This record gives sequence, C-alpha cells and structure tokens, in this order.
Amino acid sequence: MRTVFRFHGGIHPSENKQQSLQTPIEFAGIPPELVIPLSQHVGAPASSVVAIGERVLKGQMIAESTGYISLPLHAPTSGTITAIEDRTIPHPSGYKAPCLIIATDGEDEWQTTRCEPNYQDLTPAELVQLLRDAGVAGMGGAGFPTAVKLSINPDVHIETLVINGTECEPYITADDALMRERGAQIIEGARILSYIINPARTLIGVEDNKPEGIASLRYAARDTGIDIVAVPTRYPSGGEKQLIEILTNKQVPSGGLPADIGVMCQNLGTTVAIHDAVIKGRPLISRITTVTGRSLDQPQNFEVLLGTPLRFLLSRAGYQGSTNNKLIIGGPMMGFTVPNADVPVVKTCNCLLAPTENELPSPPPAKACIRCGQCAEVCPASLLPQQLFWFAQGNEHEKLERHNLFDCIECGSCSWVCPSHIPLVQYYRAAKADIVLHRENHLKSEHARGRFEFRQARIAREVHEKQTRREARRQAALAHNNDSGSITSPSTDPVQAAIARAKARKAGQQKPRSEPESS
Amino acid sequence: MLELISHYPLAAALLALVGMGAVFGALLGYADVRFRTEGDPIADQINNLLPQTQCGQCGYPGCRPYAEAIAGGEAINKCPPGGESTIADLADLLDVEALPLDQEHGEEKVKAVAYIREPECIGCTKCIQACPVDAILGAAKQMHTVIVSECTGCDLCVDPCPVDCIDMIPQAQGLHSWRWPLPDPVSSVAAIIATDSNRGQAA
Repeated sequence: MRTVFRFHGGIHPSENKQQSLQTPIEFAGIPPELVIPLSQHVGAPASSVVAIGERVLKGQMIAESTGYISLPLHAPTSGTITAIEDRTIPHPSGYKAPCLIIATDGEDEWQTTRCEPNYQDLTPAELVQLLRDAGVAGMGGAGFPTAVKLSINPDVHIETLVINGTECEPYITADDALMRERGAQIIEGARILSYIINPARTLIGVEDNKPEGIASLRYAARDTGIDIVAVPTRYPSGGEKQLIEILTNKQVPSGGLPADIGVMCQNLGTTVAIHDAVIKGRPLISRITTVTGRSLDQPQNFEVLLGTPLRFLLSRAGYQGSTNNKLIIGGPMMGFTVPNADVPVVKTCNCLLAPTENELPSPPPAKACIRCGQCAEVCPASLLPQQLFWFAQGNEHEKLERHNLFDCIECGSCSWVCPSHIPLVQYYRAAKADIVLHRENHLKSEHARGRFEFRQARIAREVHEKQTRREARRQAALAHNNDSGSITSPSTDPVQAAIARAKARKAGQQKPRSEPESS
Repeated sequence: MLELISHYPLAAALLALVGMGAVFGALLGYADVRFRTEGDPIADQINNLLPQTQCGQCGYPGCRPYAEAIAGGEAINKCPPGGESTIADLADLLDVEALPLDQEHGEEKVKAVAYIREPECIGCTKCIQACPVDAILGAAKQMHTVIVSECTGCDLCVDPCPVDCIDMIPQAQGLHSWRWPLPDPVSSVAAIIATDSNRGQAA
C-alpha cells in the first residue's frame, strides 16, 4: 500500500454521484443534426476543409489544425455538411462562433482509418503525431492538446506518470463509469502513454469513494506494474497540482509545470481516447458525458457523439423542463451555465447538469467580508483568498500578483465556505483576465512604439540620404562647370547639342504654321 | 609628521578637509563622466506606460514628448487612449494622486481600428504619410488598405483623407477578447458556485 500525502485545505461538498451510476454507459444515439464548433478548447480554432453540400464519412477529417496548439476535427458520423455558420457554443461567454453543421444520414458509415495495435513498432514521436492527427485533447479540464503536452523537452526526464481518475467534483461520474466498464482500455492507454514518455513509475490516482472503479482497475492492471492508488475523498483532490502532491508529496513550484518536478499528469478519460486512437484507429469523435440533476427522470452516463445538441441528450434522459432553472456544463463547482439547450457537446464536456431550483438554489446576495478566514483554511493552493478579494476589488494588480493570484485553480472552495456568500472566484477570474489584458495591451504598445521609432529612424535616414544625394549632385555640377569651362567646348557637349537641335526644329516648325494664320 | 599635526591642529584639520574634498570631488567628477545616463530615465519609464498611439490628443506631438512633459510636471490625465488604467499606472509610478481623465482632451473609447472603404480610395497616400506606425499599405494611385493587426486606432489617418473613405470601426467582442466580468455587488446571479447556499439542506 502506497502512502498518500495530503494537500492544504479542501472541502467536502455533498457528492451526488449515485444518481447517474444506476445504469451502464449507454450510446446516446445519432441526432438529426450535429453542430461542431471549430474552437473546442484552448488554442487556435481549427480551419474547415470541407465544402457545404459535401458528404462526409465517420472519422473523416473535416477541419485541420491551424497552429502548434490546435487540433483537427473529425466527422462523428456520416452525413452531409449543410452549413458553416455561427452558432452558440459551450463557453461561459455564451457567444456564437463558427461551427460546421452536419445533417446525419443515420448510416454511420466509417472511413478507413489507420490503427496501430502493435504500437511498440512506432517511435514515440510517430505516436505523438498519430495522437495529434486523431485530435486527442485533455478530457478533464481546458482540453489542452495531448500531443503538445507529450512533446516535452528531451532534457526533462519524467519520473512519474500520474493518471488522474480522482473525479472529485460533485455529480460527475464519467470517469467512474469508464473505470467500471473499460478498465482494460484505461490500462492499455496508460501503457501507451508510458511507452511514449518512459517514466520510472505509473500511478493512477482514484478517490476512495469509487470502490468498484478501483477494483476494476486493479484487476485490469494486474502484472502491469501500474499502481492504482486510492486517495481520500476531498475536493479538489483532482486538481493536477493537488493530486501530484497527494501522490508524491512534492509541490509544483508557483508558476511552474509538473514537468519541473519530473511528473506528468494525464486525465483518465484521455487515456481511453488515446487507446481508441492508437489501437482502434478511432479519432476523438465521441466522449462520455454524465447527464444528471433532479430535473431528469433517468440521470446516467452517455457515450455522446461530439456536436450532439444538449436538447437531444436531455430528451434521452427524461428532461422535465418546467422544474429546471439553469443548464450547467461541468460540475456545480467549476462549471458554467449555458444560455440554451441548442449548445453542442464538445471535447471538454464531461457533465451536463440540469438541477431543480431546490437542488441548486441561486445564491443569496453577497454580504460584507467578516474576515473569518475560513477561505484561507480551505484554499488548496495555500493562498489568502480574503486578501486577494480585497486587492481584486481595488484593482491592485501588482499586489494580486505578489500574492500569487495566478496559482489560484478557481476550484471555488473559498466561495463554498464563505458565510457571507461572496462570489470570490468570480473576482479572481475577473482580476486574472484584467491582468492578462493589461499585459497584452502593454505588449501591443511596446510593439507600436517599436514601429513608430523605426519609422522615425527611416524618415530621418531618408532625409539624410536625400541631402547627401543633393550635395553630391551639387558637387558634380560644380566640377562639371569647371571642367566644361576649361576642356570641352559647347559644340561637343551632347546635351547642349541636343538642346540646340531641338530649338532649331521648333523654329523650323513654327514658320510654316504661322503662314496660314497670317493669311 | 605627527609633531607637525599636533603643533598646527587647525591647519592640519583644514588640510585634511580640503584634501578629502579634492579626492571626493575628483571621484564624483569621474563618476559623472563614466556613469552618465543618456536621456531622461523618468521620461523613459513614463513613455513605457503610455499607449504609443502617437495620436496627439494630449496636445503634444506624440507619446514621447508628452512623457517628457509629465516628467517636467505636466498633468497625468490627458491621455484618452490610455484611459483610467494608464492614469492609475502613471499615478503609481510617480506617486501622485490618480485624477479622472481630462474630458477636454477626449473620452476613453472602445479600441477601434481604421478601415479604408477601398472602392472610394483614390490612392493619394496622404493617410500613409499620416500613419505613425506604418500600418497602411499602398502606393500612389493604388488602392490603400489597413493592416489591422498593426493599427493602434489613433485616428490620425481620418483627417488627411480627402475623400473621407476611412472609418474607425470599434473592435468586435469575440471569443478571444471575452473576459470574465467582475461580479455585480448587488445581485450575484452570475455566481456559478451553485452549491454554496445548498449545503444547509444538502443530504
């Protein structure tokens, strides 16, 4: 039994996980229309490579990556591209963004894809490229492209590979369902990962409120050397830095990456996606999404094609619209509300929560901070939330940065314990955004200054060059005058001769023309 | 030597002081030549904070001259493109009170970029000459266009245009520019930490 350590703070919100675990994972079905946003996660949006009216097959690439931190998109099922237009996407802003619309034909016809069951024959770099081409992104949080995360500096040696199966947020059971049903695939995905980065040990951290999942994984991982570690249930143990501290007792330095202490963390759902991409040759076209909340008759986990509108998913789960007051993508702690049910599922949607008003009531108005200090006790990043709140209200960017605002993982523990119901996390998010904007503006003005100074220098140089040319001409003319006075006679100068010829011709032309005028 | 000093203490003290004065004077003089800073470091720091639009709304012919004027005691609230945040930064740097923006010099507007209505452009190059950051592309009697990523929105190209074909278009709010807003202090409808008031009755 491996010793587990503890991180600072943490809370115990009611779990609400059992509701969605009553039935096995079910395929949600093919909706009549799929909406695929070109921007699904962090990084540059993909660029469409299909035309309106084109028929696409399941697994066919329909949009290509446009940069290093960018991924291609694939058709989740066969159908026809009917439009490329702006639709509301699952994003806290509620904005519209370009989406590919596929009218499905129900045939679910596959394109032949490349699979590599004997992945050991490939080099790690080739496997990373395969994962990039398959569009595999982190399935836990921001959806960072897995290929980028795996392309670490060769000088850095990864000692420990951590697979994050904690799933600490209330309501969400997508990873738990995967563990129960697809333990072998998870372990195979973890082995592919460890083949790529070659760590000394591979650990899978699972919260101890998932005994079935742990048992299933332990069975699948027998004789593989992969260690399944049960960690105490405490939110947010699933935070990357928190889980690393629990498992290794090492803290990721402020502003640093896990690779700095020789650790890499991958989400458990991502390992299944990696398995599917490498062994089955199936690009990332579907995911497991928990659909839960008391507004649903049958909360459960669905295997959902990316681009499925939430409305379709909700109807599959017996949605009672009259009792529901908001739709949340993600969990109740870190999720965000979406404006309507036409929003599609994307690579990062691990949960769709449709609570009743009674279940998740709107928070009461915030009162004044009473400096009780509970927020600092629960902060998993060991920050001083009330101090940060103070500075965020006063827009004191320098002090915010000095108090390590950017180490905040926005887990919401501070807001959850706050007896005054202050939306602390909202302040930190806004302050972070403000600081980032400020930095960007500063960079832009530096750039503009560079261009302005370059222009000034160029104009000065041009003026100077003009002056030197003028001076050179003047000197040449002077020298020429001196020369012509002494050596060349006017008759032999070709310019003077030409002028004389022209004058003579003009005089000759004017004479005959003047005759008719006079007559 | 010691005897001389004890005999003429006043003269010795005087000599010592004069000598020290000469030595330190020479040192300071050398340091002044050796470690001389070029330009005005305070003006440089101020210039770093200004938005570098070179728009001249402050009444000075560019950001650098205004920075020099501020270093010389000019008010810090005459820069509309920088707005409140620049004033706050300047107040922080110079340890003076942050004043509200001087309305006489203009209002803080949403950042805009110039757009040339190309069919109307006659190719006079006047806007190109006016642009302080070379963000307009074109040549005589050729259509001009604005390089959006380089435009600082300074408005300087609008006036010289003889056919008024330049518009200042406010930049659209897109996904990229979206930021989490500060919570409304009165109603916290936006708060998404939805379980917070539920814990009393939670199972």
